[in-house]
Amino acid sequence: MNPAATRTALAGGREHWQHGPIDLVIAVDGDAAAVARAYARAWTRFQGVLDELVAELPLLRTRVDQVSAARGVVARRMVAATRPFAAEFITPMAAVAGSVAQEIAGIFAAEAGVRKAYVNNGGDIALHLAAGEGMAIGLVANAHAPALDAQVQVSSAGGIRGVATSGWRGRSFSLGVADSVTVLAHSASAADAAATMIANAVNVQHPAIARAPADTLKDDTDLGSRLVTVEVGELPADACAIALDRGYAAANLYLRRGLIIGAALALKNQWRTIGRLGGPDLEQASPLTRLAA
Amino acid sequence: MTTTHADPTTGIEPAAAEKNGAAKIVCNACPVLCNITLGRSGACDRYANLGGVLTRVDPLVLTRKSAGREQVPLGEAIGQGGAWDASAKEARPDELAADQAEDLFITGVGATTTYPDYKPAPFIVSTRHEGVDTVTVVTEGVFSYCSFKVKIDTDRYIGPEQAPVRCDGEVVGHVTTAEYGSQMLSLGGVHHLTGGSKREGRVTCQMMMDLGNKKPVELEIEGGAKLVVAAGKAPVINGAPEKRMRVGCGSATIGIFAPQWKDHVDEVIVVDDHITGVLTEHQAGKYIEMKPAGIRIKGKRSTPGRYFQVANPGLGWGGTDITDPLSIIDKVDEKTAWPGLRVLFVSTTGEDSAYFVLDKELKFVSTPMPAPVQKVVDRIGENCEPALCTVLFLGGAGGSLRAGVTENPILLTRSIKNLITNVTCGGAPAYVWPGGGIMVMVDVSRMPDNSFGYVPTPAIVAPVEFTMKLEDYAALGGYMGSVIPVGAALQGQKYAVVEQAPQNPWPIGSQPVVG
Repeated sequence: MNPAATRTALAGGREHWQHGPIDLVIAVDGDAAAVARAYARAWTRFQGVLDELVAELPLLRTRVDQVSAARGVVARRMVAATRPFAAEFITPMAAVAGSVAQEIAGIFAAEAGVRKAYVNNGGDIALHLAAGEGMAIGLVANAHAPALDAQVQVSSAGGIRGVATSGWRGRSFSLGVADSVTVLAHSASAADAAATMIANAVNVQHPAIARAPADTLKDDTDLGSRLVTVEVGELPADACAIALDRGYAAANLYLRRGLIIGAALALKNQWRTIGRLGGPDLEQASPLTRLAA
Repeated sequence: MTTTHADPTTGIEPAAAEKNGAAKIVCNACPVLCNITLGRSGACDRYANLGGVLTRVDPLVLTRKSAGREQVPLGEAIGQGGAWDASAKEARPDELAADQAEDLFITGVGATTTYPDYKPAPFIVSTRHEGVDTVTVVTEGVFSYCSFKVKIDTDRYIGPEQAPVRCDGEVVGHVTTAEYGSQMLSLGGVHHLTGGSKREGRVTCQMMMDLGNKKPVELEIEGGAKLVVAAGKAPVINGAPEKRMRVGCGSATIGIFAPQWKDHVDEVIVVDDHITGVLTEHQAGKYIEMKPAGIRIKGKRSTPGRYFQVANPGLGWGGTDITDPLSIIDKVDEKTAWPGLRVLFVSTTGEDSAYFVLDKELKFVSTPMPAPVQKVVDRIGENCEPALCTVLFLGGAGGSLRAGVTENPILLTRSIKNLITNVTCGGAPAYVWPGGGIMVMVDVSRMPDNSFGYVPTPAIVAPVEFTMKLEDYAALGGYMGSVIPVGAALQGQKYAVVEQAPQNPWPIGSQPVVG
């Protein structure tokens, strides 16, 4: 009864796959026959993903410290990606977009002739880079006033396989006020969860910020009545700095725990960068992080 | 877009306010089955509960002048890709400086409709164009009286004229009069939308929406071919994509290329389902003093060198059913033909060709084609345009939707006929038919992607914009109190900007194309 997933060709050989709330933009490079084989497998897989997630949706909307075990492979990945943050409130849904992207990218990665691929699920991106391959990724701080603010060159050796962006302007609710938090991590699911948590941490109390209980804005939200940001007005520079420093502290913690490889935080005209994106901060990271990166 | 209920193929009407508390509805557009409270959208942000009705809330689409303006990338999908909704964004007034607003045109795509309420259109926006205040009334029309005319560039036989055209088992239109180099279909229309069974209406509606949205549609002609048609794409006939339109009929091909063949062959037979041409018998061959070759072909002779019905219609050479060109030979006249006579057979697209030399017994011997002959065969191919499907939308905009423009609708009709008010569909120029009403015809390839929606009546939803000078809008009894600047109209709106199709004139300051 439900409309099927749709598949549309985009300019530049990319494809747009959509099913319900899932929107993927996919680009793949490599041996043509291998790419075609991988596309066929990935498309078959994609058509089943939403139904699998829906089957355990109530569980996935439960705070992760109360979740024992999920069944589906994507659902298990969501739980695994969010559990490291369980000291604070988080549900597996915080990693849904990245986990779906990772599932599809994994199929391209499994095909030997595919050199590189990206699967962009509404800003949460899973990468596949065969040995020796690289990719340039542009960062846009504010999708509502788009400009290419920075570019990151990722290579297969660097270990980055996930790039995720979160912020109050995005499709998901945020407890924080960041225009955007972009995270580089070893996987898209990890990047997604971490970006959500860092963006939540970019916060400050100020009258220019309007908030509303999540469940007054959207039905069935996993955030319940938690206050989410609906508008950030004229926020003075010092308030922005406080908010960003809080986010930076969270990012620093996750970097030291090896959960992320780098992050860039943007609010109004201010930036904070850390880890692989931050230059000097990499020196202060733990040896574990450096090895992993 | 407007009130797109669930899925036309299932026809599931929204279970408005059923079992879920007074104001909640269940969205069945995807497996998530969101419970949506009145006034909110579901998890996808594509469907919302507006007034208890499940409604597709696509962003408003704006076109931007493409000429000479540096393109600002607005996101992944802006441009020719179909997924502009991925880059929809909330308007922020600071993004729309006055100079920029002049280069933007709000299309009816995503504008929503007022149907069936008699109230001002969703957007009545003012812009300055070359120093003159102009007004564009933007709406989405709900069309029961509407159809698509599909031009399929092929001479292949796709089925008899008047034959029913089926989609998913339902009759959705018919084959209409063939045109030059093309087969024509007339699809959709009020009798299939609402005059037949419920399923016929749903299938017709889905087919029409897909055609308008430039998606491929599978059709089957009763007693004819299976087709896949999509606007701007090559037609696929019985599984084979068509490549080229013919350069002309067989006789025309002879006429065009006769002098180029003269010194290299003794006879040319251009195989074509309509008229097969024979060079030395043809007026063109006589004119360049070619000697009769004595090769007689089958079929009915029309005039010298022009033959009807040399074979049956089919998917072989030149729209016939032949795959062996010698099968159309009736006989070789021994008194006229001679050993060593050089014969070229070629189709009207140059896709099929064969070269023979007659031996001592005047039998055809297949021989490699000499380069000068091959050159002319290739030239036939070069002169054939790519075969395309062209999809034209026809709809009557002369009804109640005019009430969203003016309190005195006849003044709008007259204003268009008098070339004062321009009519566009998604920013694309609309041809306005002569005679009564405002019957518009527009090439869907010129419209933004995904311009068409539907309501479960079923009926088709299409964007319509009326643009005129502010003073002319006042003169026709317009809703002057509802006129607002573009920037203000976009406040708080989800919208997406697409480049104006380069072949379209800028809708503001252009006259309508009136028949």
